[in-house]
Amino acid sequence: MEMIKLNIDNRTVEVEKGTTIYHAAKKLDIGIPTLCYMNLGDLKIEHKPGGCRVCVVEVEGRRNLAPACATECMDGMQVQTHSIRVLNARKTVLELILSDHPFDCLICAKSGNCDLQDMAIKMGVRSIPYQGEKSTYKPDFSPAIIRDMDKCIMCRRCETMCNDFQTVGVLSGVNRGFEAVVAPAFERDLDHSECTYCGQCVAVCPTGALTEVDHTTQLIRDLADPTKKVVVQTAPAVRAALGEAFGLEPGTLVTGKMVAALRRLGFDYVFDTDFAADLTIMEEGTELLGRLTRFLEGDKEVKLPMLTSCCPGWVNFFEYHFPDMRDIPSTARSPQQMFGAIAKTYFAEKIETKRQDMIVVSVMPCVAKKYECTREEFKVDGNPDVDYSISTRELAMLIKRSNIDFNRLPEEEFDSPMGESTGAAVIFGTTGGVIEAAVRSAYEIHTGKQLEKIDFEQLRGIEGIRSASVDFDGLEIKIGIAHGLGHARKLLDDIKAGKSEYHAIEIMACPGGCVGGGGQPLHHGNPDIIKARQKAIYREDMNKPIRKSHENPSIIKLYEEFLGEPMSEKAHQLLHTHYFDKKQKDVLLD
Amino acid sequence: MTKIKSLADLKKMKDNLQSKIALREKSDSPEGRVIIKVAMATCGIASGSKEVMEYLVDELDKRNIDAIVTQTGCMGYCYAEPTIEVALPGQEPVVYGYVDTKRADEIIEKYIRNQELVEGIIPMNYQTIEKDKEGGKA
Amino acid sequence: MAKFKMHMLVCGGTGCRASASDVLYENLKKEVQEQGLQDDVQVVTTGCFGFCEKGPIVKVIPDNTFYVSVEPKDAQEIVAEHAIKGRRVERLLYVDPTNKKQIPDSKGMGFYKKQIRIALRNCGLIDPENIDEYLAADGYEAMGKVLSEMTPEEAIQEMIDSGLRGRGGGGFPTGIKWQIASKVAGEQKYVVCNADEGDPGAFMDRSILEGDPHTVLEAMVINGYCIGATKGLIYIRAEYPLAINRLKIAIDQAREYGLLGTDILGSGFDFDVEIRYGAGAFVCGEETALIHSMEGERGEPTFKPPFPAQSGYKGMPTNVNNVETFANVPVIYNKGAKWFASIGTEKSKGTKVFALAGKINNVGLIEVPMGITLREVIFEIGGGIKDGRKFKAVQTGGPSGGCLTDKHLDTPIDFDNLLAAGSMMGSGGMIVMDEDDCMVAVAKFYLDFTVEESCGKCSPCRIGNKRLYELLDKITKGQADKEDLDNLRNLSGVIRDTSLCGLGQTSPNPVLSTMDNFMEEYLAHVDDHRCLAGVCKDLIRYEIIPENCVGCTACARNCPVNCIAGERKQLHTIDQSLCIKCGACLEKCKFNAVEIV
Repeated sequence: MEMIKLNIDNRTVEVEKGTTIYHAAKKLDIGIPTLCYMNLGDLKIEHKPGGCRVCVVEVEGRRNLAPACATECMDGMQVQTHSIRVLNARKTVLELILSDHPFDCLICAKSGNCDLQDMAIKMGVRSIPYQGEKSTYKPDFSPAIIRDMDKCIMCRRCETMCNDFQTVGVLSGVNRGFEAVVAPAFERDLDHSECTYCGQCVAVCPTGALTEVDHTTQLIRDLADPTKKVVVQTAPAVRAALGEAFGLEPGTLVTGKMVAALRRLGFDYVFDTDFAADLTIMEEGTELLGRLTRFLEGDKEVKLPMLTSCCPGWVNFFEYHFPDMRDIPSTARSPQQMFGAIAKTYFAEKIETKRQDMIVVSVMPCVAKKYECTREEFKVDGNPDVDYSISTRELAMLIKRSNIDFNRLPEEEFDSPMGESTGAAVIFGTTGGVIEAAVRSAYEIHTGKQLEKIDFEQLRGIEGIRSASVDFDGLEIKIGIAHGLGHARKLLDDIKAGKSEYHAIEIMACPGGCVGGGGQPLHHGNPDIIKARQKAIYREDMNKPIRKSHENPSIIKLYEEFLGEPMSEKAHQLLHTHYFDKKQKDVLLD
Repeated sequence: MTKIKSLADLKKMKDNLQSKIALREKSDSPEGRVIIKVAMATCGIASGSKEVMEYLVDELDKRNIDAIVTQTGCMGYCYAEPTIEVALPGQEPVVYGYVDTKRADEIIEKYIRNQELVEGIIPMNYQTIEKDKEGGKA
Repeated sequence: MAKFKMHMLVCGGTGCRASASDVLYENLKKEVQEQGLQDDVQVVTTGCFGFCEKGPIVKVIPDNTFYVSVEPKDAQEIVAEHAIKGRRVERLLYVDPTNKKQIPDSKGMGFYKKQIRIALRNCGLIDPENIDEYLAADGYEAMGKVLSEMTPEEAIQEMIDSGLRGRGGGGFPTGIKWQIASKVAGEQKYVVCNADEGDPGAFMDRSILEGDPHTVLEAMVINGYCIGATKGLIYIRAEYPLAINRLKIAIDQAREYGLLGTDILGSGFDFDVEIRYGAGAFVCGEETALIHSMEGERGEPTFKPPFPAQSGYKGMPTNVNNVETFANVPVIYNKGAKWFASIGTEKSKGTKVFALAGKINNVGLIEVPMGITLREVIFEIGGGIKDGRKFKAVQTGGPSGGCLTDKHLDTPIDFDNLLAAGSMMGSGGMIVMDEDDCMVAVAKFYLDFTVEESCGKCSPCRIGNKRLYELLDKITKGQADKEDLDNLRNLSGVIRDTSLCGLGQTSPNPVLSTMDNFMEEYLAHVDDHRCLAGVCKDLIRYEIIPENCVGCTACARNCPVNCIAGERKQLHTIDQSLCIKCGACLEKCKFNAVEIV
């Protein structure tokens, strides 16, 4: 690799040819500020439109200032990152951006967590000399995501996530000049678009332009209602990220403190979605084995590969983009919905509470879950199995609001019976985890043998598309894994073209899986945070006494007492679902 | 339509087509060219100026003389029709009267080619139409 | 084949067509037929003559008679008088505005005297819909020569030697651009013709495409051969239907002759051209935005490098040149790089086409050698300022350029001098202003345009230009203070310094150049709340001069808001609280009794 030398702020640095000034400066610990630039390293998402112009630097011999994020270093280059010219230009550009931004910082959902606010603090902006017309748009309230485009600074990160990474293609720049804004086609609402509610746009938005629908007020009201039994379930990825909101290192596991906090918030029962994840493995694993067996017996009708169905963003994606393939995914509901269905039947009976008097709340790393629980097929007489879902961020906010010193909380245990789970369920929170959990159980059920080694390292990693094969005692099971809907699309295209060799494919919509979900504390463009959460998930798995779903005693009991056996009629009724062709949805004719 | 297969074909084709716009190109840069004006008012036409003009156009072309033949109105020498005005490059124009094809041939060969004056010059202190317009500065 | 003794060239450009030159053409043709002159007189539609001020134009060959403002009904007289009797129709001749003399011959017109037509050489000369006429005018000979007798390297060298620089505004050396594209490997390279002409008032590219479409095709083939591209794309705005139509005809004809397609002229080289339509966004003149638009993406520029030569259309090496640049190419190969380089200045070779507009007598399209002075262009070719008013400024380079004043009149025009003077060549718009133009309002007009045309991608251009416009608006309303002037200058500098593409980097030029040259006008607006030119509505009043008013009631009758009171033969008065400052009273008063104060 060719190395070149350049000079930044009078210090010499040697970098590989092709390195940008931004990264070269970083080598010298010079942090050039940016608003639009985003690089998610191993996840292979780099966004450098060079649009915000906050990162401009002075390059000797150049007529105008250069954007550090997009300008490649040249040998012998002389760069100044904080000359008067640069500082004046940078501040003026920031003042311009602020001049077209609402001044409601104090009450903004992103306040304290906003890149633009940080930048204004950093630059010492005390007045805005350029006043004038502000952009105003109708706010867009979808079931999961709120778009308040008055706060959009046109960084276009959401577009990169929506179009390049997810290949969903809902968000793009529309209109020109001062009127330019990011919007779905024809400036329709998200609800009338093909949005999957994956929430990756929310996860990368530097301002309050994209946020999740907030259910905390509703939750506080329900917790205060003495006639309601309020049950909470928490998804596996939440415990690996919640601590970040309280200043803990990314990757700190806070399972026990989280349980304690939920109890103090006033939930009647603190349960774990992991319980339902184990249940999912029982249903989905059995379904997979069933399809495999039929396939091995020569059944030409059987649909293989089987695709996982726990991720609501992914389910929305294939309903919109591959509706003709909707008989391929497993019919198993997601753990959130299985939990709700069991809570409002099996558990409600146990505590002798009527369905209407029980509120099931989920805490999810996800915003698509907010939409999922509103689906009609998950309601009984209009009463939803899961009443609503809050994000990891909302939970953190609620804890702070309720005067709870999170870091000083004791470690507490989940309630029984729906708080009991295995290591297999915990790894649902990361890419590769669902399929590893399924393999652990399917292997033992299929072969009748104990696994010698529970960890399937070949299924783990951060690559967008991974494939591995697992030896089921002579039968080679080929497995595909994709996270990010763009990667999923590639695998689906292969299936469509008859080129897919896989028996089973796991798909998660978000980068890294649920650990990188749209409802998690913001990573602010740092991919290491996502990887640290992933590591924490595997650590939690290692620490669990039971690591295979079919060995979860509460699950065994549930089948004995209530469901019978996996894929039974009752299981079908409560734990399985069907999918819709949403391509036909009148997207363009509302 | 047949395709043009080579540069040579293209050049051949151009030679055949050039006459289409030669007149326009020539008149666009009249400097250095012989300019002949044929009086084509009623008097001239009645005396056969049309034939003379056609003869001039054809013959000049055949004899490879770079000239522009244009028509003009009555020059005022109706008694001597057909009349033509011949301007050699850089010289004062000369008006010839009683021009028939024979005299036209003479004018081409002698006056235009060799600058020998030919019989039939109208020797008056003539004024061309343009000069009249400009106020008779000549 | 009939040997025509007379050609009647009728302008078929968009401007003249708008004044029914197509009907005029039909009428002339019919009249010639009726008079039995069809073997003697050829009636031809040509491209634009450039003298759009007085269209429709009819030029009669061989006597070079130049008829102006010809109406369809004049056809009969032209044929009867000129074709039959050899007499010019005097009432249709051009009258020199300076000395009121009729000028019969285009050669005698000041408008044409200093012009050298290279890019426009065939406009007004040949029928753009007839490939044979183009072939007769040396058409495709340069292409034949390059393909048959030169290597790509030799051909590129010739282009470098000619010194031709991009005519779209950037002024980048064309030969070097070709060389860069030729050296980048790619499985399918592209040649793109940028016909997305967007400067307000500039129409040279349209005129070339309408008047001489084959020249662009020929140049694109040559370009393709040089860089190893076999596909050409012409990105043209859909608002140019006539140009599109003529291009389509030209492409079909060239294909029929085998001048586009496979194995062109037996050289083994393949090249074909497709047309792509733009929706008329100014920013799509920027080459990366243009390429994105062709790819079906949002028309937004991206950071360079990578340049299109490295990664252009569909990620492939692509050379983008503008129409006028291409129009120079065949001539350079026909007449030689040396010949071309002998015209112009040291660093700017050849000619430049300008669209003259504004307060000038001869509005139209001109092609002049580089190095000509603004004075020659405005006062000789342009015939001076309308109505004998005083020259104040000339805006060159469209919305990206700046305003130059009388101190620049003797500066030789070329890329570098204009830049040094605070303006730029741009695509060649030239708008002349007189003492009745307010320079703050002029700057505001251009900013209004850039605010509309910014793509919105980068913050300084998206928001900054809007704020510039708002500051200028404040000034023209007399609501600004000195601090606003400081902000205006600082903001202009930052937008220029930080914007992503050429649009934003140059959009403050109209502000900066007017501030530099006409600060007193800015100060008058700010300090005295006065508009010296009497343009800014919020700062002026219309008043009736009692001594001059005869009470004719003309002003009162024409006032759209009925704010003028007064009996017949009595002094009239304007109710200032109702006046909308439309100026109708001033226009209608025959007694100079209305003034602007």
